[in-house]
Amino acid sequence: MTARDRLGIVILGLMLLAAAIGPALCPYDPAVPDFLATLAPPSTAHWLGTDDLGRDVLSRILAGGRVSLLVGVVSVAAAALVGAPLGLVSGFVGGWTDSVIMRCTDVLLAFPGLLLALAITAALGSSLPTTILAIAVVNLPVLARVARGQAMALRHMDYVVAERALGFGEWTILRRCVAPNALSPVIVQASLLLASSIITESYLSFLGLGVQPPMPSWGNMLHDAIGFLDQAVWLAWFPGLAIFATVLGFNLAGDTLRDRLDPRD
Amino acid sequence: MRLVAGRLLSLLPVLFGMCVLSFGLLALVPGDPVSAMLGLEADPASIAILRARYALDQPLPVRFLAWFGHVLTGDLGRSIQTGRSVLSMIGDALVPTLQLGAAAMVVSLLIALPAGIIAASRRNGPADMVASVIALCGLSLPSFWLGILLILGLSIAVPLLPSSGYAPFLSQPGAAFAHLVLPALTLGAAMAAATMRMTRSAMIEVLSADYIRTARAKGAPPRRVVWRHALRNALLPVVTLVGLQMGQLLGGVVITESVFSWPGVGKLTVDAIFARDYPVVQGSILVTATLFVLINLGTDLLYTALDPRLRGRR
Repeated sequence: MTARDRLGIVILGLMLLAAAIGPALCPYDPAVPDFLATLAPPSTAHWLGTDDLGRDVLSRILAGGRVSLLVGVVSVAAAALVGAPLGLVSGFVGGWTDSVIMRCTDVLLAFPGLLLALAITAALGSSLPTTILAIAVVNLPVLARVARGQAMALRHMDYVVAERALGFGEWTILRRCVAPNALSPVIVQASLLLASSIITESYLSFLGLGVQPPMPSWGNMLHDAIGFLDQAVWLAWFPGLAIFATVLGFNLAGDTLRDRLDPRD
Repeated sequence: MRLVAGRLLSLLPVLFGMCVLSFGLLALVPGDPVSAMLGLEADPASIAILRARYALDQPLPVRFLAWFGHVLTGDLGRSIQTGRSVLSMIGDALVPTLQLGAAAMVVSLLIALPAGIIAASRRNGPADMVASVIALCGLSLPSFWLGILLILGLSIAVPLLPSSGYAPFLSQPGAAFAHLVLPALTLGAAMAAATMRMTRSAMIEVLSADYIRTARAKGAPPRRVVWRHALRNALLPVVTLVGLQMGQLLGGVVITESVFSWPGVGKLTVDAIFARDYPVVQGSILVTATLFVLINLGTDLLYTALDPRLRGRR
C-alpha cells in the first residue's frame, strides 16, 4: 500500500468518523440560533466561529457532513442498483433490448450532469429526496454503460458458452456467471462517482436548489457565506475545506480501489 | 462525408429524446404554471385565456406535439417574466457564456500543457511530484469554492479585480477583461487538472516510443525531442479531452456564473428556475444540451480526422 493509498484511507476514515459520531459530540445544536453570538470569529467557545444567526459553524459542518455523505452514498447506491442490472441485461441480451436501453442512457448522457440535476430539482422541487434522486439519475447511465460493456465482453466467454451448453437458462447464466464477474468495474466506477456526487450536491445546495435550510449542508453553508465574505471569512473557509478534504479522500480511495479491483489497470 | 452524415443521423433519436425529457420534466412541475405567473389573486377569465395561449388546457401529448412543432421552427416560446422571445434571451446570454468558456479554456491550456510536459519529461522528479499533487488537489477542489477564495484574495483582501458583474468587450475592453479574470481562472483551473494529467500520461507514453529513442540517438537536443517530436503525437488524446471539456464547460458555467453574477446561459437558467419562468428553463436546458451534444460530436469527428489510423479504418 502506497503513501497515497494510506492518505486517502486516513482522510476518508476521519471524515466518516466525524459524520458518524461528530454531531453527538458537539455541544451546540446546528439549527438553533444564538443572537448574542452572531458572526463570532473562531474562539475556544466556538472553534470554527459562528454564522450570521449565531449558529456554531463546527456543529453545522459536522451535521452537514452527515447530509453530504448521505446524499453521495444513497444516490450512487440507487444509481448502481438500477443502472447496473439495466446495463447487464442490455449487454447480455443485445438486440432491441440493448438498443432501447442504450438510447435512453444516451439521452441522459446528452445533458451536462449538473444541468440535468438542475432540471430535475426544478421540476420536482428542492428537497433532500429530490437531490438524491437527481444525482442518482445523473449517475445511472454511467454505471449502466460500464455494466453493459462488461456483460458484452463476458457473454462470449468459454465458461458462459459452457453453461449454455449444459442447458442453463439465459437469466440463470446472467445471474450466476455474468453478474458476479462484471461487478468489479461497476464498484470501481461507483466509488469514483461518490466524489463527483458530493460535489454535485454541494453545487445544487449552493445554488439554493439542493438541501434546504435549516438543514445544514456544506453547499448551503457556502451559499450563506457569500453575503459575509468581507466580515466573516471563516464562513467560506471551513465548509469549503470540508468538501475539498472529503472529495480528495474519495478520489484517493477510488484510485486505490481501481488499482486493486480493475484488471484493465 | 458518409461518416459525418451517419453520426448526424444517429443524433436524431438522441435530440428527440432530449426534447421529450425537457418537455416532460417541466410538465411534472407541481401546481399550475399560470397560477404561478398571475398569482393567487388572478381572476378565472385571465387564467383561462393564458391557459389557452400556452395550450395548458390540452392533453399532455397534444401539448408536446404543439411545443415540438414550435421547437422545430426555432420558436422556444416567450418568457413568462419578461415577455421576450426565449431564443433571443438565450442568444444574448450565450455571448458572455462563450466569452467565459473561451477564456477558461485558454487559462486551462496555459496551465495544463506546460505543467504536463514538464512533469512527463522529468518523471518522478520533484517537478513531477509537485504537478501531480496540484492536479489531484485541483480535481478535488469544488470550483465555486475556488471562486470564493479568489474573491476573498483578489477582490476583498487586495482589491485588484471586481468580484462580480460583466462588461461588454466592444465598448469597455479594459473593464471587460478585469471582470473576466476571476471567473475564467475559476473555471479554467478546474479543467486544467484533468488536462494536465492527460498531457502527462500521453507524453510519458510517447517519450518511451522507439522513434523518440531514435531521435535521441541521432543527437537531437532534448528540448527539440520533447517539444517537436513527442508533443505532436501526445496531443491527440489531449485534444479529445479538451473537446469533451468544452462540452462539460456548459454545465460548469452554471455554478461559476452564479458565483460571479456573470449574465450567461447558466445564470439565466438558475434565475429562471427561481422565477418559475418555465419556457426559459425549458429553452435554455434544451439549447445547452443540444450544444453539448454537437460539441461532443465535433470532438469525435475531429479526433477521427486527426488520427490517420482511424481514418484508415473507415
